[in-house]
Amino acid sequence: MKELSTALRLFVVMSILTGIVYPLLVTGLAQSLFNRQANGSLITIHGQVAGSDLVGQQFDDPSYFWSRPSATSPFAYNAAASSGSNLGPTNPSLVGGKDGEGQPISGSIADRVSALKAADPAHSGSVPTDLATASGSGLDPHISIAAAEYQIARVAKARGIDEAQVQSLVQRATTPRQIGILGEPVVNVLLLNLSLNQLSK
Amino acid sequence: MDGWIQVILYFALLLVCAKPLGLYIAKVMDGEQTWLTPILGWLEKLTYRLIGTKPEQEQSWKSYAVSILLFNLIGALVVYGIQRLQGVLPINPSQLASISPDSSLNTAISFATNTNWQGYGGESTMSTLTQMFALGVQNFLSAATGIAVLVALIRGLRGKETTKLGNAWADLTRSVLYVLLPLSILLSIALVSQGVVQTFNDPAKAQLVQATTDSDGNSVTQQTIPLGPVASQVAIKQLGTNGGGYYNTNSAHPIENPTPLSNLLQCLAILLIPAALCITFGQMVKDRRQGWALLAAMTFLLAAFTIPTIFAEQSGNPAFTHAGLSSTANWEGKEARFGIASSALWATATTAASNGSVNSMHDSYTPLGGLMPMILMQLGEVVFGGVGSGLYGMLIFAIMAVFVSGLMVGRTPEYLGKKIEPFEMKMASLVILIPCCLVLLATAISLVVGAGQSSMSNPGAHGFSQLLYNYSSMGNNNGSAFAGFSANVPFHNLLGGVVMWLSRFWLIIPVLAIAGSLGRKKLVPSSSGTLPTHTPLFIGLLCSVVLIVGALTFIPALALGPIVEHLQMGGTR
Repeated sequence: MKELSTALRLFVVMSILTGIVYPLLVTGLAQSLFNRQANGSLITIHGQVAGSDLVGQQFDDPSYFWSRPSATSPFAYNAAASSGSNLGPTNPSLVGGKDGEGQPISGSIADRVSALKAADPAHSGSVPTDLATASGSGLDPHISIAAAEYQIARVAKARGIDEAQVQSLVQRATTPRQIGILGEPVVNVLLLNLSLNQLSK
Repeated sequence: MDGWIQVILYFALLLVCAKPLGLYIAKVMDGEQTWLTPILGWLEKLTYRLIGTKPEQEQSWKSYAVSILLFNLIGALVVYGIQRLQGVLPINPSQLASISPDSSLNTAISFATNTNWQGYGGESTMSTLTQMFALGVQNFLSAATGIAVLVALIRGLRGKETTKLGNAWADLTRSVLYVLLPLSILLSIALVSQGVVQTFNDPAKAQLVQATTDSDGNSVTQQTIPLGPVASQVAIKQLGTNGGGYYNTNSAHPIENPTPLSNLLQCLAILLIPAALCITFGQMVKDRRQGWALLAAMTFLLAAFTIPTIFAEQSGNPAFTHAGLSSTANWEGKEARFGIASSALWATATTAASNGSVNSMHDSYTPLGGLMPMILMQLGEVVFGGVGSGLYGMLIFAIMAVFVSGLMVGRTPEYLGKKIEPFEMKMASLVILIPCCLVLLATAISLVVGAGQSSMSNPGAHGFSQLLYNYSSMGNNNGSAFAGFSANVPFHNLLGGVVMWLSRFWLIIPVLAIAGSLGRKKLVPSSSGTLPTHTPLFIGLLCSVVLIVGALTFIPALALGPIVEHLQMGGTR
């Protein structure tokens, strides 16, 4: 019985230390050292939160750059319920053949490719792979540089502005590899689209 | 090419950091003074006074085992209780309801056993209080338990005719105070600098730039972004090889793992303590070469599984280019900022260690890319493995390896001057066989009663892979998943709970029994007939034993899942 009481007392001490003191200490440090990051890297426009640097949003209007497909439900880029598609590599719903009515299976890669082509019939090139595959989180804020370049002509046409102008905005929204070697160079879609909106004002 | 540079950088950093940390942990666990003693010594002494123990009061293996089991049982019960009462408890900004009995039980066992299997989606299920005070605490305590049991085994190996294995309470306290807490504080702050949130604010509500529609056709104009004390939890989730994410998609979530640098730090943290403990072991048995030999074996095995995983994911899915995509590279389920090599590296690191956090969705990996993480778990979580538990598992395999070589030359096998006799071999066999049996039996039972099939979300061979992966994960206390599988149903919650509990504590008991038995033996001086256990020959032997046991046990099952699927995918070329 002495063992049980020792175990209970150690559990209480450790719970206070690791379950209360530790998270509060880290919160205090984080809030004072990195206030913006600690609170979600939120973007505020005219006093209203327009999103977070870190969390992607759904775009399907031709005049915006599109983010990667998102598998969250009940709507794409639902930040309250992150999720990947978890489709296996041989699952017909992943790549997608035709369904009973001759249309590509909804939400599949084929479906996405035909939507991209429909939005920009003039474009004949193949679709960058990341732009047609769902991210792991369903909230990926980024696309590859190739995926951004694929969309420049469409966005410029839809907005009636010069492609070079859009190109320079893409460059500004691009993050290179971190410290030169880590990760992939990527374009933040939300920041890019917000800068497009600024332009048209 | 850039991907490979990142992989090399990762391994280099890991090995560089392992040595100083390992030597430091050896000092801590032997109760010596370190540079943190002046800062934290009073807290350690206060803890001993509050709980009524002294570190000099050493325990026998049975008493040590009882202490560890009681302590973990209390942990599991408290986590269960908090989840069941979550709805009426405070610090619940998203007003989440209490959790069902079967899911609470599964999660309680999952976090107490260092598995951190998650049948639930964090942001939509667990209140801030539950995350921080139930799950977060277990992240520390289950890791400390692993270190304690490992250190007890080392004391048995180095002890001379003694029944004393140390004081479990002191070992737990020291692991938390001097190792896990300081490292977690440092890592948390580094992660916050990269964008991981740490706040008690309500969820942020953002006005969408372009409104969208939900699956019922209703207009959606707002995005709710759950926040919380995420960084503090993510730091210990990685350092303690726990792996339970704050958010559903774990470290794929851009708030849980925002940048390539946060990704590197987290991935390093996964293997940091397991690697360092090899050095700790060498230092504590006063023969550092022994520790380096085990670390070399682990590193070799991890590299041998990482390289093919990266190749498999980079060469990807041949159907992609047929559908009009620019490359076959498997981006499905991966985040753009990390890239394919870093995602695949994480997949093998997290399954080599019994961590189980993910930065990409393993369910969407190519058949061979998904096969590698699956095997790494099935090897018994000894390639780095969990904090403490990986090394005590590997030491059991080392005992098995000297036994096999002893059989070949007809001598009584010895390890570190201790004769390995029938009792040790019986216990070692239990440690190796129990997880194998649990995985295969649970998979088979699920199929026979139909609960396996009804939870599969993918058709064909991949569906079976999902089931096999998930019980491989629970049966080896890993916690990663082929996450499309509907695991949060009473059948899998209960069966999985049993599997996780047995594979943790049915191993800890025989490991401590071996420690007790070895401790009582006298040291035999090594002779010309003794097999040295720090040479490349022994490293090769050890790796072979690990691989052969795993392969003999699991290749038939793997043939029905990922191997068949690979052949099917090739057939679509």
